[in-house]
Amino acid sequence: MKPKAIKSQAGSASDAAEWQLRLYVAGQTAKSIAALNNLKQLCETHLAGRYAIEVVDLLVNPQLAAGDQILAVPTLVRKFPEPIRKIIGDLSNEERVLVGLDVQPLRPGVI
Amino acid sequence: MPPRQKRPNKEKDRELPKASTGIQGLDEITSGGLPRGRPTLVCGGAGCGKTLLAAEFLVRGATESGEPGVFMMFEESAPELTQNMRSMGFDLDKLQKQKKIALDYVHIERSEIEETGDYDLEGLFIRLAHAIDGIGAKRVVIDTLEALFSGLPNHAVLRAELRRLFRWLKERGMTAIITAERGDESLTRYGLEEYVADCVIVLDHRIKDEISTRRLRVLKYRGSSHGTNEYPFLIGDRGVSVLPITSLGLSHKAHQQRVSTGIPGLDEMLGGKGVYRGTSVLVSGSPGTGKSSIGASFANAACQRGERVLLMAYEESPSQLIRNMRSVGIDLARWQEKGLLEIHASRPTLHGLEQHLVLMHELIAQVKPSVVVVDPISNLSMNPDGTLLKPTLMRLIDYLKCSDITGLFTTLTSDTEGSPATSEVGVSSLMDTWILVTNLQANGERTRTLQVLKSRGMAHSNQVREFVFSGNGLDLIEVHLVNNQVLTGTARVLQEVQDRAAEELRKRDHERKLAELASYRQTTEAQINALKADLDRRVNEVEFSIARENFQADSVAARSRPGHGAAKTESKRTKNSRKRNR
Repeated sequence: MKPKAIKSQAGSASDAAEWQLRLYVAGQTAKSIAALNNLKQLCETHLAGRYAIEVVDLLVNPQLAAGDQILAVPTLVRKFPEPIRKIIGDLSNEERVLVGLDVQPLRPGVI
Repeated sequence: MPPRQKRPNKEKDRELPKASTGIQGLDEITSGGLPRGRPTLVCGGAGCGKTLLAAEFLVRGATESGEPGVFMMFEESAPELTQNMRSMGFDLDKLQKQKKIALDYVHIERSEIEETGDYDLEGLFIRLAHAIDGIGAKRVVIDTLEALFSGLPNHAVLRAELRRLFRWLKERGMTAIITAERGDESLTRYGLEEYVADCVIVLDHRIKDEISTRRLRVLKYRGSSHGTNEYPFLIGDRGVSVLPITSLGLSHKAHQQRVSTGIPGLDEMLGGKGVYRGTSVLVSGSPGTGKSSIGASFANAACQRGERVLLMAYEESPSQLIRNMRSVGIDLARWQEKGLLEIHASRPTLHGLEQHLVLMHELIAQVKPSVVVVDPISNLSMNPDGTLLKPTLMRLIDYLKCSDITGLFTTLTSDTEGSPATSEVGVSSLMDTWILVTNLQANGERTRTLQVLKSRGMAHSNQVREFVFSGNGLDLIEVHLVNNQVLTGTARVLQEVQDRAAEELRKRDHERKLAELASYRQTTEAQINALKADLDRRVNEVEFSIARENFQADSVAARSRPGHGAAKTESKRTKNSRKRNR
C-alpha cells in the first residue's frame, strides 16, 4: 500500500478543504481499489477543488480502526463538515454516496 | 503402523482441552471449563447476566489462569462496563493498565451509516486482531454480536462474515464467549447457534410465585460430558456462582468424631457424646418449642470448641437473635466479636428457594464453617406443598457432608396431634438425626418435651424427656414415670416433692433403726460382761475350795505319817493336779 501516494492525488490543501473525507481500507483488495476509484471520480465530479481524501490502511495502522468505529471495509467517513457520516461498501452507487455525504449534485442531470 | 498412529490422536481427542472459567460451579458442570480454543455461545433474555458471566470469565482468566482477554462490546461503553464490574469487585481499569484485559467498544449508529455496494467486516477483524496482539490474549468475549444485525442492513454479508469470524477465532486458538439475545422460537434471535456449535450455554430468568430465579443450562458441549440439568445461579457481590448440586454423588466420608449439641441432656440421649461430625440434624417442632434455642445452643457449643459457625436466620435479625438467646444464657455476641460466628439473616421471600441455596453455598465458601445452623428451613419454601424443598435440601446436605460440615436445621410443624412424620416425610429421610420437640398440654399447663426420633449409627434414648430453659441454658430433665405415665411440668415437680419427702422419711426411719440396734448392742455387751465376771468369780471359788480341801488333806496326812520326804513328794503332786484343773 502507498497511502501517501493516494493522499497526494487526493487534493492540495487537505487542512483547509471544505470536504474532508477519510477512506478506510484493508489492503489492496478489489473492493478497496474500486472504492477509492469511485470516490475520486465522484469528488472530481461534484466537489472539485473543495475536498481532501485521506486513505487509511488498517493493515498498516490497525489502531486507527477504533477511533472512527470502523467495522466494515471499505468505509468512507465524512470528517467535515459535521456531523460525521459513514458510508460503507465500495461506493459503487453514486446516488447513495451523494445522499450519504449529503452533497448537492452540481448538475441535476447527472443523477 | 497406521492404527498405532491413530490411537494417540484418539486419546487426545477424548481429553478435550478446557479453559477454566473460574466461576464457582460452572467448571464443575462442564467438568473443567469451556472448550479451549473454541467459541462458546451464551444466550439468554434481557437481564440474565450474560455480560456479567462473560466478563467474569475474562477477569478470572486474566487474574487466575494467567490468560489475558479481549472484551469487545457492542452495547455498553468501556467506562460503563468498568463501572458495572466494579460493583462485583472487578477492577477492569487496573487490569487494563496491567495489559491483562483489553476493552474495545464497538459502536454502530444505524443513522450514521449508509450502505453502497460490496463490503466486508475486515475492520472488525483488524480491531480484534489488534487488541489480541496488543496483550497476547488467549480469551475473547464478544458481547452481543447481534447489535451488528440491527446496525448493518445487509444480513447476507453479515452472516458470511460471522461464519468467517468464528472460524477465524478458532484458527487463532481463542477461547471465546459470544453472547446473544434469546429469540422467540429459536435459541437466539438471529440464529447464531448455527455458527457456534461447540458449546452452548443458556441462561434463564424465571419468575415463579413472584420470586425470580436465574438458571443456567449447558445445552450442548461437543466432545465433553456435562451436567444437563438446569442449575440455579446467583449474581452476588463477588460475581456469578452456579450451583452444581445434583451432580454430586453419595460418596462423602463418614466421620467417627462426635460433636456435642451444647445440651448435656441431649448429648446423653445420643449415646452420651452427641452427634457425628458432618451429619445433619433436623429439629422439628411446633411454634414456641425452643427449636431456635436448640440451634443457638448447638452454635454456641461449636464456638466454645473454637470452630467456625454459620447461622442462617430466616425469622429474626441478628441482634434480635442475640438478645433472645441471652435470655436463656447463651451469649452469641462474644463469638460474633471473635469472628467465630457469622449470622446471616434475611427474609425468605428475598429470593427463590434455590437462590437461597446458592447464597448459602457462597456464604459457606466464604465463612468456611464447621457447623451450619439453618433456622428454619420450613420458611424457605413459600410453596405450600414443599415439593421443591426436598431436592434443594438434598443438595445442601450433600454439599455440607462433602465439606465435613455438621448441619442443624429446624423446621416448623403444626401443633396438631398426630404423627409428625407425615409432614416431614419429605425431608426427614435425608437427615441423620431427627429430634422432635413437642408441647404437652395437661393439667392446665404446657410443657416442652424432647425426643430423639432417629439417630443413625448410634445408640440413643427412646425416652421422651422434659426440656427446660433457664438462665444457664437449656437442659433436659430425667423423666418421671409413674404408673406408666410420663410426668412433666407441675406434675413432675409435685412428684419430685413427694419423692423427696418419702426419701426423707425413709432416711429417718433407717436412722432410728440403727440407733435401736446400737443400744441393743450396748445392753447385750453389758450382759456379756456381767456373765463373764460371774464366771470368773465361780472359777476362783472352785479353785479356792479345791486348794483348801487339798491343804486339809495334806495336813491330815502329815499328822498320820511320820517323816518329811513323803510329804514333800505328795505336795508336788497336788500342785501338778491343781494346774491341770485350771
